[in-house]
Amino acid sequence: MDAAQLTQQMINGLTLGSLYALIAIGYTMVYGILRLINFAHGDVLMVGCYFAWFGAVQFGLPWWVALMGSMALTAALGVLIDQGAYRPLRQAPRISALITAIGVSFFLENLGLVVFGGRPKAFARPEMFNHIYQWGEVRVLSLSIWVPILTAIILAGLILFIHRTRMGMAMRALSRDLVTVQLMGIDPNRIIAATFALGSALAAAGGVLWAMKYPQINPLMGVLPGLKAFVAAVLGGIGNVTGAMLGGLLLGMAEIMLVALLPELAGYRDALAFVMLIGILIFRPTGIMGEELPE
Amino acid sequence: MKKMLLMLGALVLCAGTALAAELVRLGVVFPMTGPAAVYGQNGIKGLKLAQENRPTVLGRPVKLMIVDNKSDKVEATNAANRVIQKDEVCALIGCLTSSNSLAAAPVAEKAKVPMLSPWATNPLVTQKKEYVFRICFIDPFQGAVAAKFARENLKAKTVALMIDISQDYSVGIAGFFQRAFTKLGGKVVLKTHYNTGDQDFSAQLGAIQAAKPDIIYVPGYFTEDALIARQARELGLTQPLLSGDAAQADELIKIGGKAVEGLYFTTHFDEQGVTTASGKHFVAAYRKAYDEAPDSVSALSYDSYNALLDAMERAKSTDAAKVSAALAQTKDFQGVTGVLTLVDHNAVKPAVILQVKNGNFAYVATVNP
Repeated sequence: MDAAQLTQQMINGLTLGSLYALIAIGYTMVYGILRLINFAHGDVLMVGCYFAWFGAVQFGLPWWVALMGSMALTAALGVLIDQGAYRPLRQAPRISALITAIGVSFFLENLGLVVFGGRPKAFARPEMFNHIYQWGEVRVLSLSIWVPILTAIILAGLILFIHRTRMGMAMRALSRDLVTVQLMGIDPNRIIAATFALGSALAAAGGVLWAMKYPQINPLMGVLPGLKAFVAAVLGGIGNVTGAMLGGLLLGMAEIMLVALLPELAGYRDALAFVMLIGILIFRPTGIMGEELPE
Repeated sequence: MKKMLLMLGALVLCAGTALAAELVRLGVVFPMTGPAAVYGQNGIKGLKLAQENRPTVLGRPVKLMIVDNKSDKVEATNAANRVIQKDEVCALIGCLTSSNSLAAAPVAEKAKVPMLSPWATNPLVTQKKEYVFRICFIDPFQGAVAAKFARENLKAKTVALMIDISQDYSVGIAGFFQRAFTKLGGKVVLKTHYNTGDQDFSAQLGAIQAAKPDIIYVPGYFTEDALIARQARELGLTQPLLSGDAAQADELIKIGGKAVEGLYFTTHFDEQGVTTASGKHFVAAYRKAYDEAPDSVSALSYDSYNALLDAMERAKSTDAAKVSAALAQTKDFQGVTGVLTLVDHNAVKPAVILQVKNGNFAYVATVNP
């Protein structure tokens, strides 16, 4: 592989990794606060894509209006899921909530099949993302450059939000101690609802970028990105936002490099992700950035 | 032994209840959801039209028992079991994809229920089976047609293969293509793989870019084909793309857009290549009913229904063994996809080559076996 090839593949890896990272951030946020692995995250992403598709393709809205609308609607959906499915189980054992999350995931997938149908729909890519830059033999789609930039901006904004605002402070407090937080006059349900709203809006943003990069959407499209993002979140240290970013980039890069260097093993790229998951769970269960949990 | 007796009992019951109800139940196990959903939904359109056209057999009304196999191997087995045991069907139409048919065929074979696949092209589907048939050609032929077209018409000396390893169809046809292409003096410079549902192909395409083949052979489903085409063009690959019959779906063009322009594929049927009178009638009726052009899956499903009913009429019964014997002797059947004869349970008939041109499928050639 020559230098141009390597650069090309590095850029491919960076873009894929950033997409994983963006989705992983939403996973990790909910986990950080509720200690709940929200397995429905990938399917929330799918619904977000359909909202944007209805906005942009069906109603002909400009893409950024469709994106904003989709994020708002998906945030509302996230709150609704929390209220309907997770809130009644707040005091139940963690495993009950986890099983409910899987149930919500199946519910959304099958609801999607009934409402939107099983046929994939073509997603439009806005003109500004369709431009191709060329340096020598390296060709890059402008979207591939925008994705890492947008991911970095969202990550920075999220870190500021968590560390600099009262809501963020309440979220961090809640993740430490639910009972004490209530004694301090904070309504935990409000904070949790806000977490779900934020996490789901991020899922919608990630989903729309994903659908612009790989321009087809279907009701089962969220399954694999959701699982990969979960792996990324665990790799980085689940509950840690910066870790999710790192995990996503690492996973994306590893997948692309596997296929690039060993094309005959390309069929095993999904397997690679899960081998990495098993590896990190055995050798460093807290992930790259994770802290030792006081049990 | 006990199980066999139970199965036999179920069969006897099947015949008994069917006679009492005067209904001829046909099981239809198609992918209505999942990555192959488009094929299943088009296939059902063809079947419904066929049923409207010919609602009875042996003087008894036909009832289609449609079950979704979710494009999944395990679900295909479950669905076949369900229609055979619960709905007590006399025969089975399905599955569509090779992987699903390979999963369902042993169920039909064991229960001794005739199964007729409209669209499964992998040779293993019918091999060594008494009760399993298909109405389409098989991949050794389709792969050879594609290889010949690549060598002679596209003047390709080298090819890169992109194979969907989760589909028996893709793995099989790529192998037959490779064999035929090498025999004709061509060379396979790179073989790379992916799975159904993958969305990022940049790494595989990067490797292909380095190998510099004359053409790229991508015998995959339309979704993956469209995404591969888009990403290939974005990476600056300009080689012609060649695919197989699974590329024939409107969504290929909707998702692929300009990137799939010029893509060639081998398939079973195109309305511009219709030769039989029943074919012309079918195209007109289909266009009237659905306001769109029929594709291979809908035409083959239509043919499956009629071939099965013909066999029942020749057998003068819906008895499984008699229907199977009659199906095996299908000869000069005037199908909408051409005149066909079943040899070793597989249809022998011409293939069609199509190309995407100006956002439509354009007819290129018909290749006889």
